[in-house]
Parts: sequence; C-alpha cells; structure tokens
Amino acid sequence: MPLAEILLAAMWICLTAYALFGGADFGGGFWDLVAGRTEAGRPQRNLIEHSIGPIWEANHVWLIFVIVLAWTGMPSVFAAISSTLYIPLTLAALGIIARGSAFAFRKVSTEVWQQRLFGATFAASSVVTPFFLGTVAGALASGRVPPGIAAGHPVWSWVNPTSMASGLFAIGTTAYLAAAYLTQDARRVGDPVLVSAFRSRALVAGAVMGVLAVAELIVLSRDAPQLFRELTAGKAWPFAVTSAAAGVLSLVLMWRRQFLAVRLSAALAVTALLWGWGVGQYPEILPGATVADVASTRSVLSANLIAIVIAGLLVIPSLWWLYALFQRDQRDAGAPRHE
Amino acid sequence: MLLETALDVQPVDLMAARMQMALSLGWHIVIACFGVGMPAITVLAEWRGYRTGDPNYALLARRWAKAMGVLFAVGAVSGTILSFEMGLLWPGLMGVYGEVIGLPFTLEGIAFFIEAIFLGIYLYAWDRLSPRLHLLSAVPVLVAGVASAFFVVTANAWMQQPTGFDEENGRIISVDPAAAMFNPATPSQSVHMILAAFMVAGFGMASVYAVALLRGRRDRYHTLGFLLPFAVAALVTPVQIGVGDWSAHFVADNQPVKLAAMEGIFETQSGVPLHIGGVVIDDEMQYALEIPYGLSLLAHFDPNAEIMGLNEVPQDEWPPVNLVHLAFQAMVGAGFALLALSAWLAVVWKRHKALPRTAWFLRGACVSGVLAVLALEAGWVVTEVGRQPWIVFGVLRTSDAVNPAPGLLYGFLLVTVVYAALTVATVYVLRRLARDIPIPVAPQESDVSGYRIT
Repeated sequence: MPLAEILLAAMWICLTAYALFGGADFGGGFWDLVAGRTEAGRPQRNLIEHSIGPIWEANHVWLIFVIVLAWTGMPSVFAAISSTLYIPLTLAALGIIARGSAFAFRKVSTEVWQQRLFGATFAASSVVTPFFLGTVAGALASGRVPPGIAAGHPVWSWVNPTSMASGLFAIGTTAYLAAAYLTQDARRVGDPVLVSAFRSRALVAGAVMGVLAVAELIVLSRDAPQLFRELTAGKAWPFAVTSAAAGVLSLVLMWRRQFLAVRLSAALAVTALLWGWGVGQYPEILPGATVADVASTRSVLSANLIAIVIAGLLVIPSLWWLYALFQRDQRDAGAPRHE
Repeated sequence: MLLETALDVQPVDLMAARMQMALSLGWHIVIACFGVGMPAITVLAEWRGYRTGDPNYALLARRWAKAMGVLFAVGAVSGTILSFEMGLLWPGLMGVYGEVIGLPFTLEGIAFFIEAIFLGIYLYAWDRLSPRLHLLSAVPVLVAGVASAFFVVTANAWMQQPTGFDEENGRIISVDPAAAMFNPATPSQSVHMILAAFMVAGFGMASVYAVALLRGRRDRYHTLGFLLPFAVAALVTPVQIGVGDWSAHFVADNQPVKLAAMEGIFETQSGVPLHIGGVVIDDEMQYALEIPYGLSLLAHFDPNAEIMGLNEVPQDEWPPVNLVHLAFQAMVGAGFALLALSAWLAVVWKRHKALPRTAWFLRGACVSGVLAVLALEAGWVVTEVGRQPWIVFGVLRTSDAVNPAPGLLYGFLLVTVVYAALTVATVYVLRRLARDIPIPVAPQESDVSGYRIT
C-alpha cells in the first residue's frame, strides 16, 4: 500500500474518531438544547455536563489531526476545500469557538442567568456546528469542490440538496450517538428516570436517523449519482449494508436495554457509514483529481507517518486512562460525592 | 498544477484577511501563553503545598487550576480556528507549502492531544488520585505545553527563513521536513517565545494578587499568590532580554530589511546610531533619541559596522516602517520596565526578606501583566509585520497567498464580533472566578450539582 493511502487512512481514522467521540459531545449539546426549562432540564444537563466535562477537549483534538493531515498529505486539496467552502467552514469554526468556551464558562458559572446564557450558546452551537461540517461533507461527496483555489462557487457549493441533507444527517448522527452513550452514563450514575428519558430519546433519534438515511440516499441518487452507485451497487455497498444493519441492531438493543452493546453497534453504524463514503469516493478526492495526483512528496508522507505512529503510542494509552478514570463509578473511588 | 495563482484580490479583502489573522492569532497567543506557563506555576504551588503542608499553597493551586480549565478551553478552541484559517485565508500558502510545514503541526497535534488528556485528568481527578499521582499527572501537561509552543514557532520560523524544500514551476518537488522544521530562525525564535509565555503567565497571575495586596489584603495567601508567579517571571526576564538580543542579531544578519524597519534606517551607512522613540515622517526618523554608534554596536559588536538601509530594496518590499519601529520600541521598553521591577523586588527581598513597602512597587506589579502582554503582542508585530510583504520571506507574497474568494471582509467583521463577545465573556468569568469563595475540593468535579437552584 503506498504511503499516500496509508496517510489518507490515518486521516480517515481520525475523522471517524472525531465523529464518534467529538460527535457525541456535540450530541450532548443537542440534548442540552431540548432538555426543557431551567429546572425541569437540570438533571439532564447535569448528566451531560458530567459526562463530557473531562473528555471533550481531548475528543476535539481529532479534528485538528484531520485538518493538519489534510494539508500535510494533500495540500492542494486542503487549499481547494478551504478556499471554496470558506463560508460554512468559517461558520463551523465560529461554532466551535462558541461551543467550547460557553461550555467552560457555564461550568464555572454560579448564577442561573449566566448558566442559561452560556448553556444556550453551548447548546445552539453544538447543533449548528455539525450542520455546517455536514454541508462540507455533502459538498465533497457531490463533487462540488473542483481542484484549484476558490474554483468552486462560494455559495452553491454548499447550499445544495446533498449538503443540506448531509448537514441534517450530521446533526442526527451526533444526537443519536449522544443519546446512546448517555443512557449508559445515566445507568452508571444510577438514575432510572434519566435512563428511561435518554432511552426514549435514543429510540426516537434512531428512528429519525433511519428516515434521514433513506432521504439521504434518495437525494444522493439524484444529486450525487456516482457516489450513490458506489454505495448501492459498487465497492462500498458492504459498508452501507453494515451501517444500516448496525443501525437497526442498535434500536433493538436499545429497546432491550442492552446499553453497553448499543454503544458498540451505534459506533459501528457511524463508522461503516464514513468508511463507505470514503471507499465509494476513492480514488478521486476531488473531481478529476486522484490521490496519486494530489499526494505530497514521499519524505513528507513518511516523516508524518512516523509521527503518527509515535502519536498512537503516546496518545492511545493516555486516552485509555482518561476514559477509564471517568467511566469508573465515582462511588467505587471511595470519595464521598456531593450530598 | 492544480493551483491557480491568486486572481484579482481586492485590497480590502487582503487587508481583511490580514486583520482577521492578526485578531485571531493575537488573541490566541495570549491565552496560549497562559497554557504554557500557568500549569508549571500551578504545579509548583501544589508541590509546595504537598511538601510544606501550608494550606495556602493548596488553595492557590486549586484556584489556579480552575482558571486554567477556563483558559485551556478558550485556548483550545481559539487555536482550532487558526488551523481552519490557515486554509480559509491563506490557501495560496497552504496549497503549495502545506506539506513543507506539515510535520511540526502534526507533532503539535500530538502535544496538544497529550496536554488535553492530562489536563482533563489533572483538573477533574483531583479527588480520584493520590496527591503524588495527581501531581505527576500534571507533568505531561507542562512538557506538552512547552513542546507545542516549540512546534508552532518552528513553523512560523520557517516563514521567516524558509529552508528544506526544492521547488520547480510553483510545485514542490522535494522536501526535507526536519530541515524545514529546524530552520535557522528556529532556535532564537522558539526560545524567545517560550520565555515570553512564562513571563506573560507569571506577571499576569501576579498582577491579580498585586491588586489585592495594594487594596490592603496583605495576608499570607495573597502574598504567596503574588510572590510565586512573580518570582518565576522575574527569574525569566533577564534571560529573556539576553535571548532578545540573540534574536535581534539573527534578524540583523538574516533579515536586514526587517532590522531597517525596526530602527527606521533608510540609507545604508556605517556607524549607525540607535534610535529610541521617534516616528518616521517622509522617510526620515524624527524626534528620536539617538545613541551614537548604538545600532552598529548592538547589531554587529562593531561601532562602525555597516547597516543596510531600506533604500537597498524596492519600496514595494518595505514593511510598514512606523508600525514595526513603534512595536519594537514598545517591546523593548516593556521588557526593561519588567526587568527593573524584578530587580527592585530582588534587591529588597535580599535585604529584608519582604516585599518592597512602597505602594509604587505594587502599582508597578499591578500593571506587570499588562506590560508582559504588551511586550508579547508588540514582539509578535515586529516578527510578523516586519516580514511583510512576504508571507514566506523572499518566496511568496502575502497578496499571492490570500483566498481570492469574494467577501472576506464580511468574514472578518463576523469574526470580530465573535471575538469581542468572547473577550467580554472570558474577562467576566475570570473576574468572577477570582472572587469565588470557597473553592471546592476538586476544582472541576464536585461543583457539578452544587449550583444554586434559584
């Protein structure tokens, strides 16, 4: 396997991790937004905050790797995407700013009006940001970003059927993942009311996702026929089938209260979807530009691959410790908790 | 092949792109300095508390940790935007040279990852780990903070001294990533930046307690809260002035146009005086205090050394002279003011083992944080504006790197509004935090359900 493909795969792994972990954090914001009025929604908001507080910053770093690997491994593609899609990317970037800082601000706020203000900012930007990132994905999937700097249309490249469908799909994905994760968190904290609240939310989100997936396929069939062919009859169909099957399985597992298993099947559904898209579009990154055309020089690819291996060795055990530390039930840690 | 050269970019859009980059980078750089320096100072306090059993240190450490949580979050997101903006604003740079400077950014990504993971542990696992293990969990944060500053600055240094690549017809044909990263500007620039981070964090934190001391709260808690960060920054300051001199020599040897702008030298000549203050009017330095032979002596250790003037290069390759000159004056002035303040404390402390008694010292200490930030921003203006009109010195002009898409001005206006709101909110929240009493056991965790209901 050539170096460029390996680096592309590493980038796609980072994108998957961002969708699974960062995506769930965004979804936490979605449920925060719809949790209800200040008092009614407080238990849910507390659970969301408690679940994502220690980890969201680490989860967020995957995005940085995606961006950096894009400009390192295929600079002209990065330039083409970011110059043509600068409007949704700017809006997504501002959403990321508003979201992360408002979350941190709310955490240390003690007055209700501040919690409301920062909470609303956090929650609203959690929904808006994945939407814009989804439109970017839709722009790429439907071949609307030509090679070259600012060569695509600044508006119609991302305001189109595939982009809009993908934006909604991205919001749905984050909400669905978050609900699936939070149900287990609620069970761990030992709160049956929250468990059933998030369970029914996950079931609704899962059903909506099914509808959105069908809608997305219909849109793709008209607006991005090539990707549609690959996903339904070409080399990517096994991924599409896996994604759909894992999605259905998740609903069954959620119904049967197998919350830990749901985490895996939900993650599998999203992973298969992302890889199906990647495989379906390969080897063309942008219309008329294959991986071989746009890859960086060998020395750059190999230096960065070495760096990525080092990253794996350092980051994965550290991340494991982080997650393990906060997945462990607080009561087992022996410390008395806020009574 | 795939890249078209920048089309007709409106001057207003080029200016908007530069202003947007300046705003977001200039904002992030301050927060990032706290990200580099504050963990070290906080851990120092925690360690002292652990060793001496003095509860004041422990309380300080917890309070700082809480502020660190806010600053790190804001720093993480404001840093992420920059990686977007590299492409949104400068696709002409990233489309060609992205691969040349990719490696330090990948490494910076690793460092940032480690920092985020262990900061999550440090801030949230206060009551889940033993004191010793908790203290140790901060070590990766310190190392990664300094490392990420180093990696990012190497990429900037490359823009000053581009090396490690071969180019043919606008396309990169070979790259030596290590040579690009360890370019000639890297050593002086990275050390200068890292020390600046400790100065900003140290003086910035000390300022808060200087205000309290000045208002009469002269208890042990506030005294230690002042002394610990101030001492760290004060120790760094004289070293920084030496490193600054090293940096200036590097610029004199390698970027003489920048030096000429810094000092307002228009004609190449020998035995050049040093200009202190002053302003350039009609291509001439006016109202400056002149120290004969000063610049020649400082730049080349020879009173008669020749200094290149701006006349040697076409006028369209001049950086904005007044801005660079004034920024340089501001940086040096603020640096020496901080040195004087540090020396003042050192002398009095040596004699009396106490803070200087006069209120003037504390007044100075109150503004030391502002001075350090001023020096930081001014130094950064010297480095970056002094490089103009090049985005990659001698290789690529800023105007050829900018995104030619229409409407960058509106993006800049939008970003300005967001940053204004972010600034107000950050300052407000930090001020509230400083007054927040009492501090819970785990600075982040235990307060989750402790919110007041009404």
